[in-house]
Amino acid sequence: MSNQQVISVEQASKTFSGARGDVQALDGFDMTVGEGEFVSIVGPSGCGKSTLLWAMAALWSLSSGKISIYDREVDGPRRDVGMVFQESNLLPWRNLLQNIRFPFEIMGENPDDYADRIQELLTLTSLKGFEHHHPRELSGGMQQRASIVRALAYDPAVLLTDEPFGALDAFTRDEMNLMLLEIWEQSKKTIVFVTHQIPEAVYLSDRIYVMTPRPGRNAKVYDIDLPRPRPLSITTEPHFFEIVGEIKQNIFDSVQEQTGET
Amino acid sequence: MGQEPQNENRTINWSALTSMDFAGTQIAIILGIAIAVISISEIVVRVMEIPTYVFPPPSEIIKALFKSFHLFWPHLLITLQELGLGYVIGALIGITLAAVITQFPFVEKIVTPYILILVTTPMLALVPLLILKFGFGQTPRVIAVALAVGPMAMINSATGFRRTDIPKLALAKSYGASTFQIFYKIRFPLALPMIIVGLMVGGIFGLLTAIGAEMVGGGSGLGNRLVYYSSLARMSNFFAVIILIAAIGISLYVIFYLIGKKWANWEA
Repeated sequence: MSNQQVISVEQASKTFSGARGDVQALDGFDMTVGEGEFVSIVGPSGCGKSTLLWAMAALWSLSSGKISIYDREVDGPRRDVGMVFQESNLLPWRNLLQNIRFPFEIMGENPDDYADRIQELLTLTSLKGFEHHHPRELSGGMQQRASIVRALAYDPAVLLTDEPFGALDAFTRDEMNLMLLEIWEQSKKTIVFVTHQIPEAVYLSDRIYVMTPRPGRNAKVYDIDLPRPRPLSITTEPHFFEIVGEIKQNIFDSVQEQTGET
Repeated sequence: MGQEPQNENRTINWSALTSMDFAGTQIAIILGIAIAVISISEIVVRVMEIPTYVFPPPSEIIKALFKSFHLFWPHLLITLQELGLGYVIGALIGITLAAVITQFPFVEKIVTPYILILVTTPMLALVPLLILKFGFGQTPRVIAVALAVGPMAMINSATGFRRTDIPKLALAKSYGASTFQIFYKIRFPLALPMIIVGLMVGGIFGLLTAIGAEMVGGGSGLGNRLVYYSSLARMSNFFAVIILIAAIGISLYVIFYLIGKKWANWEA
């Protein structure tokens, strides 16, 4: 893992103006991610983690602050960035293969140039044979795997994931975590993973940024000193529980603080 | 991680509920009831000696249908022509307008009053005016059909285009999609089920308007035949023409049902 800094978030702030007044989702959040790192952002629901991720994907702009990826400020959608959304977000009127081709159509590229990569990903996610199925014919887990294939098909260097396994049951989630780690170890992508499930974040990540409740600010940053590769069994070991407990306590305290303030 | 068998999906296998066996039984029941209805009408009409200038027995109607089909045929073609032309014009304008007003809300405010006037005015009240302006030929009928189909297509299509699916729009934007790409690849497919509904309803309204316009004036078309045969009390022919009109209506419904199954199947 080289030391190049791939993602840099500096004092990211975002306020939404609505009919009922302004809502500040982010307040001066800082974050850095190095090449090939797996970094998670955790925090209670509604704290602003998805807001930050969407800003990194250029789906909206920050009110103030700066996000740079590979030393270029993010001012629009980037080819070196892929995104996985919360609920697979597959187009229901297209079959699997057509869904995977969708980004290429938008970007004006030829998916056949990436045919090998796509086949590899389909094999890795156990979706071979389902290429002509429509989303409604697939389980939730399969749909989410398909959306991961779609995100990685054009080989972006950075993968942003917005609570991708939140809608799945616990067993499927474990499978998906294993699969994601496999893909990450094979491809050396830089991954930013947003979740409110702390055990999941600890299991997957190199480092974890904890975000405060709304407006999202930096709480603590944790270095996860668990060895790699990480078998699933590591989630039953005492050290794992220690780390999870510490982070939970940190979040619990910050929630207490906030409810104490208001 | 093994391959997941298809049955593990959490969606209910709706297709099993409508499998071939079930459909076969359904068709048998439907046909059986139809035959029963026709037979009972036949018996009732004859037993109660209902005069043929009021309602002839079904057997006479079917006889007339086959015997005089060559007489009906040219008028059937004329009705279909008017319906077809007016329908295409109305549908194209309606769908295009729907796309425009949902993209530019200000245009919607301008256009809506006129559309509402069109929808709420009985087309039959407008047809004499159209005949006055355009003569007794097919033109006023085509225009009337277009005016009937257009608003239906427009209102339903607009409902379809107004559907916002923020995650899908975000998905497209995350790849840098242009406004046109978003319309063509996301908003249009998303609207298609409602567009198809609009086209189906427009078709039925268009048919009604075509027949009605033909009844009001002009010497041709199935509507004109209805007036002609009823004025001569030739009710077997009259009802035979009614059957033809119903056949057009049912065909329209079936066509759009099948189109819906192919293009809007993804909508659960």
